[in-house]
Amino acid sequence: MTILSILATILILLGLFFFFAGTVGILRLPDFYTRLHAAGKCDSLAAMLMICGIAIYNLQPFSFAALLISLKLFLVAAFVFIASPTATHAITEAALVLGVKPWKRTEKKRP
Amino acid sequence: MRDINEHTPGEDLIIKTAVRLMVPFAQLFGLYVIVHGHYSPGGGFQGGVILGAAFIMLALAFDMKTSQQYMTIRVNTVFNNLGAAIFVGVGALSAIFGGLFLDYSALDKLIPMGSVEWRSFGIFLVEVGVGFTVMSIMVLLYWNLSSGGAMDEGL
Repeated sequence: MTILSILATILILLGLFFFFAGTVGILRLPDFYTRLHAAGKCDSLAAMLMICGIAIYNLQPFSFAALLISLKLFLVAAFVFIASPTATHAITEAALVLGVKPWKRTEKKRP
Repeated sequence: MRDINEHTPGEDLIIKTAVRLMVPFAQLFGLYVIVHGHYSPGGGFQGGVILGAAFIMLALAFDMKTSQQYMTIRVNTVFNNLGAAIFVGVGALSAIFGGLFLDYSALDKLIPMGSVEWRSFGIFLVEVGVGFTVMSIMVLLYWNLSSGGAMDEGL
């Protein structure tokens, strides 16, 4: 095991953890906004961690072709990190403007 | 806190800033997909869709007037006719120079650089034509659908 392998494994496992937490959140949380909150986490943070882990793993037998692919993967991670929270923000705002009421503690969980 | 009812969708600083940041990179990626179409995944249609999506993103985050500032209706019409003309033109030229329709190796008689190179380069020319047409048709579809055909004011 080289250092790069260990680093890639840690990043991918962290990404898996956040995807798992996001899935549990989508299934268990009570209404639209809270579910979107969980989905936004796993879309941006977990996807970025997974892509970074894969990019580092790809560098292992170092060559310039592999470096080019890894750089492209890092660019993908950077743009996911910009675009995904923006999309979550836009969906939330549209729901708020259309008048979806936030959940209160006394209510039951909405389907 | 701001009143929710005074707020119209699409007029938001976060979305505007993110779109302003991403549109140039989206267009660059669209050109990359078109240019790499003949030896990696991608091609004229996919690259054209990405280029069109960049303009649709502008129209969504700002308004239709802003996107028509960057691509006027006149330029849009020129682009979609130019793309079809490039496609048919390359095909017809290769038929004129003695091959079948879209048989690029016949174009070797026009500019001699080897029939194998012409097969690769001819595909590239056709992809550029497809990319132009798909980009402008995508933008035109969005403009028409979101304004009910009037193309003056929409989302």
